[in-house]
Amino acid sequence: MSAERLSSMFAATRERDGTALLPFMTAGLPDPGHAVEMFEAMAAAGADGFEVGIPYSDPLMDGPTIQEGGARALAAGVGLAEGLEIAGRVVARTGLPVLVMTYANVVAQAGPDEFARRAADHGISGVIVADLPLEEAGFIKDAVERAGLGMVLFAAPTTTDARLRLIVDADPAFIYGVAEVGVTGERIEASSRAAELARRVRALTRTPLVMGVGISTPAHASAIAGTADGVIVGSALVRRVLEATSPKEAANSLSEAVAAFRAVL
Amino acid sequence: MKLERPDARGRFGEFGGRFAPETLMPALDELEKAFESAWSDQAFRNELDRLLRDFVGRPTPIFEAERLSARLGVRILLKREDLAHTGAHKINNALGQALLAQRMGKPRIIAETGAGQHGVATATAAALLGLECEVFMGEKDIERQALNVYRMEMLGTKVTAVTSGAGTLKDAVNEAMRDWVGTVENTHYVIGSVVGPHPFPWMVREFQRIIGDESLEQLGDQLPDVVVACVGGGSNAIGMFYPFAGLGVELVGVEAAGEGISTGRHGASLTEGSPGIIHGTRTFLLQDSDGQVQEAHSISAGLDYPGVGPEHAYFQELGLARYVSITDEESLTGVRLLAQTEGIIPALESAHAIAWIEKAAAELAGKTVLVNLSGRGDKDVQQIAEVMR
Ligand SMILES: Cc1ncc(COP(=O)(O)O)c(C=O)c1O
Repeated sequence: MSAERLSSMFAATRERDGTALLPFMTAGLPDPGHAVEMFEAMAAAGADGFEVGIPYSDPLMDGPTIQEGGARALAAGVGLAEGLEIAGRVVARTGLPVLVMTYANVVAQAGPDEFARRAADHGISGVIVADLPLEEAGFIKDAVERAGLGMVLFAAPTTTDARLRLIVDADPAFIYGVAEVGVTGERIEASSRAAELARRVRALTRTPLVMGVGISTPAHASAIAGTADGVIVGSALVRRVLEATSPKEAANSLSEAVAAFRAVL
Repeated sequence: MKLERPDARGRFGEFGGRFAPETLMPALDELEKAFESAWSDQAFRNELDRLLRDFVGRPTPIFEAERLSARLGVRILLKREDLAHTGAHKINNALGQALLAQRMGKPRIIAETGAGQHGVATATAAALLGLECEVFMGEKDIERQALNVYRMEMLGTKVTAVTSGAGTLKDAVNEAMRDWVGTVENTHYVIGSVVGPHPFPWMVREFQRIIGDESLEQLGDQLPDVVVACVGGGSNAIGMFYPFAGLGVELVGVEAAGEGISTGRHGASLTEGSPGIIHGTRTFLLQDSDGQVQEAHSISAGLDYPGVGPEHAYFQELGLARYVSITDEESLTGVRLLAQTEGIIPALESAHAIAWIEKAAAELAGKTVLVNLSGRGDKDVQQIAEVMR
């Protein structure tokens, strides 16, 4: 089952006492024809798994870089079908665990069961929905888990202890620790809130914890590394693809960046 | 049956809810509790009532539009929200939420705005109460509602242009939400209509129901046959409708048909959209089969929104109200009609409600119709002049 790819990745990471590196990339960048190559380059540079963004018209948890990435992908005709197709090819080509990240309305319109079935058919391991808090998660989480995939839930620095306990009790595939109070996007300073959040989660559970949002440099990542099972790097990588003047340059730039993150994890 | 308040999950039937990033959830819980406590606190109510009376100028009158009535063969009563301070109903909600922000100890408020009326109302409340204020406005709207940009700036508010999407209301809401995700610990988001995650649709309705409550009091036992209001996000309409629902009065909400329903360029989310999730709530919206939100189109910036408040979706489903639409062109006729028969230049938004009465005059013949004149048209004069030229 594809969810097992994800749990074995966490087991292996814990075994070697390291931190998993999970790059985020919007499906269909720099263009649909070269999308899979981007992930192959990152896999070769040491990524442990991927978060593949299915673009959505109104990404209110995303800053300017991922907004632009999504808008470009949508303009190139990448919808749910194309996004899942790309994610599936990434699984097939890299053998790494792949999660898809999107927004609730994309799942709701496809129908949660249909969405989960199609994701499972493409070998996807887990699902992340940016605007789906625990209270509303049921209709998607149940469908995703019925299809044998893992559902991810968020915890933020603003999350109260009482909420955190409920999130842990819901037994997600992993907890996505929101490292910043804010939307995705590169930051200059390392987060001042991430360590405390990680400590609070750790005090409650052994459920894998992956930190993301604002992690922009290897120094940021290494500051968090010891406290979590994994880190997600998004905008810093998407920016490289948006700035590149050719797919080859984009792949090289990603490869270089991912290797630098890998070196500190 | 209308619901006094949504259920524990913030639902009006199957609509509403709280589809927000986790970062905002504790603030939404806190807001719900703070509003509950304030709304049942007589001191808070007295303070808001005092400001609504002495600062806003409430109660707003009901004016019998005799020449317009004679012209259309329909008895037309205007609820004069255009006479409220700052020129629209938006101040009822902005002032309520700003007072609540102050009570919650939040020194900064933010808002989105389309027509600029909600932005001006929020900037006004911020100046009155000494709060820091930033308003997000789409760049297209900044252009077509320039007067309101100057007003906000004069009031000491920072106006931030939003360039994503089509640069209209939907994009301004996205940007305000994004700001809030990063500033939620010291900032309250004064959302401008009955949209967004719970408790906003309920809370904003409670702040706007004064329109309908006052009307009922002013009319005494002379209930109208029909009550009409324009629907963007739906705050002036629900504020007027809610107290009348269940009294045997027909409620009609008028959405924007833009360039015509058949062109696909409109803002008629209730009659042409389908259920889905937008800006944190489950409601009717304009979307494609992949769940991507479609751009709305309306000459009126305040109706140029692809979603609608979840309580309207609930009212429509239960048949508590019916929803119709009026084109850009018809609304311009509505502006001229009211201006030239009554000496009142309505906002383009409100002109949609007037235009519907004209269009439905045969069906309405001999009836009494109460219209919510949600705002005045000063802000639109420049734009109308350009369109007519
Ligand atoms: C005068 C006026 N009426 C109506 C609206 C539409 O909003 P709502 O449907 O929330 O009343 C606006 C919004 O800007 C407005 O300025």
